Amino acid sequence: MKKKALKELLLQGNEAVVEGALRAGCRFFAGYPITPATEISEQLSVRLPQVDGTFIQMEDEIASLGAVIGASLAGVKSMTATSGPGFSLMQENLGFAIIAEVPCVIVNAMRGGPSTGLPTSPAQSDVMQARWGTHGDHPIIVLCPSTVRECFDLTIKAFNYSEKYRIPVILLIDEVVAHMREKITIADDETIDIVNRVKPTVPPEWYIPFEDTPRGVPPMADFGEGYRYHVTGLTHDVRGFPTSRPDEVDAFIRRLFRKVSQNFADFQIGEHYHIDDAEVAIIAYGCVARSARRAVADCRDKGIKAGMLKLNTIWPFMRTDVEKVLRQAKVVIVPEMNMGQISREVKRVNKGSAKIFTINRVDGTIITPQEIMGRIKEVF
Amino acid sequence: MIEVTKLIHNYLRHDKKFPHVWCPGCGIGIMLGALIRAIDHRGYQKDEIVLVSGIGCTGRLPVYVDFNTLHTTHGRALTFATGIKLAKPRLKVIVVMGDGDAVAIGGNHFIHAARRNIDLTAIILNNSVYGMTGGQYSPTTPYGMKTATSVYSNVEHSFSISELAVTAGAVFVGRGTVYHAKLLESLMEKAFQKVGFSVVETISHCHTQFGRMNRMGGAVEMMQWQRDHAVTVEKAAQMTEEELKDKFKIGVLIDRNLPPYQDEYDKIRRWSKGVERK
Repeated sequence: MKKKALKELLLQGNEAVVEGALRAGCRFFAGYPITPATEISEQLSVRLPQVDGTFIQMEDEIASLGAVIGASLAGVKSMTATSGPGFSLMQENLGFAIIAEVPCVIVNAMRGGPSTGLPTSPAQSDVMQARWGTHGDHPIIVLCPSTVRECFDLTIKAFNYSEKYRIPVILLIDEVVAHMREKITIADDETIDIVNRVKPTVPPEWYIPFEDTPRGVPPMADFGEGYRYHVTGLTHDVRGFPTSRPDEVDAFIRRLFRKVSQNFADFQIGEHYHIDDAEVAIIAYGCVARSARRAVADCRDKGIKAGMLKLNTIWPFMRTDVEKVLRQAKVVIVPEMNMGQISREVKRVNKGSAKIFTINRVDGTIITPQEIMGRIKEVF
Repeated sequence: MIEVTKLIHNYLRHDKKFPHVWCPGCGIGIMLGALIRAIDHRGYQKDEIVLVSGIGCTGRLPVYVDFNTLHTTHGRALTFATGIKLAKPRLKVIVVMGDGDAVAIGGNHFIHAARRNIDLTAIILNNSVYGMTGGQYSPTTPYGMKTATSVYSNVEHSFSISELAVTAGAVFVGRGTVYHAKLLESLMEKAFQKVGFSVVETISHCHTQFGRMNRMGGAVEMMQWQRDHAVTVEKAAQMTEEELKDKFKIGVLIDRNLPPYQDEYDKIRRWSKGVERK
């Protein structure tokens, strides 16, 4: 067998997102400058034209996501990247992408908020905005890397999920992971699994653009391919036409949820680190998971049975994995750089068997391994 | 009559649940008629046309016609259209908006789409009011008029959409009215033939809201007002400032050639691959 070519690169988290996006087939980017996500724009402005793709800097983040959705409807895999203030502006069209079921990827390099907040300091305070930021009841998929390698892998996953399920996917990176450099090894293209949207195979006159299917995901025709259909942000029937008939509205909203919920197992990306026999379990994500890993190793050296569940999928919440940890560990610690957004979810799924403690840091600095160790000594 | 029936059969969606949302006497239907005749006359394939709209009475237009149709968020139609055009330049992109949609909530997108010279046609129906929500004042409501949110009087000064488009860099700007339906149709045809950002402003009426609140009569009286206050560009050139005081110009306001965004970006693609600049 021929040996696959491997490429070794020293990359920033943001640059790894770019590499991942290009390999996933992204050929359109629209964005607006904002720290700490600008490296993604800058790199793509250089790389996309080289592969006959398109980069455009729009007048604001609302326009950016609008253009991304338009390009995706025309059949091109598309993305944008921003940070908290821009992510707030995108909530309007994010809802459009959800209701019209348009695949796209949105990177949010998190910084401290609210408002302009802390432009170049890390935070993890957009976890709930990513879940519920846009109005109306809706499902969402949110992924969170904690290493440069994961920035690459999860960007590809984000595109694959968005194409497979016709849903916008949000990649939540924190400023630390976005700007940190690590060596990563990238395999040859063909070893990477790429998913493309399912297109209709029926003749245009038989095409029902928002028809329910066993997977809950209707095939998607590109504009200009002979399938003339209507796309709207209004609640619509299976043909895409606006409706307010209760039976049609109900079936539509439930299908949107079902396409994610019935494939729950497909979205479970996490890492179990010394978790199997852990008496003290840490549930962490993003840059904080790096500190937690070190704290677990130090605990083990001291004979404390510690372990970590790292969440790479933030939404839908990995409740199956979390529940297992809650049943088995005596003490669960949830360190995060916000006032308790994931710990709230952990407490929600806790059946009372585990004691849950939090570490909350909101000063724009990272939670250190020593801080986690200190908390373990305090409570265990 | 046979001609009209043919157009209806060919371009209206038979599987769409009619009736439409517009009031009897509304000008949007006249604009839609002009739009369909202009498209038919140019001989475009239905598959190559993407009709994009925002929110409001005018925003409801695309659902009734058999093209690739996209009903976006309020004011954002041009941003979606930008993405479609750049991703698939062979598509003919037409955007329909109302006055509030285009120059209030979407004002920023409007000037930047014009500045970038994105190759599409923006058709704006200007009826001086937010009709769908009950007749509130818009950026084109004239000073001193009454609306649902200016019951005492409108103290804001209005925008001129066409002049704004000229300043922002559109290659073609035409203004018509729904009274001058044949002129409107010919302006649309001219706009479609231009490469770059073209604008057709359509002066229309909202007798249900604006006309009622300002005692301007019904649809017929308001269309007579359009007839009496519109002056062709050619005729206006012969008139004094004083004579033009209460009038507005109709016809081609600007027609110029500038390279569209997609041609400029093709240069970027070549340069990015190391092709030498001339």
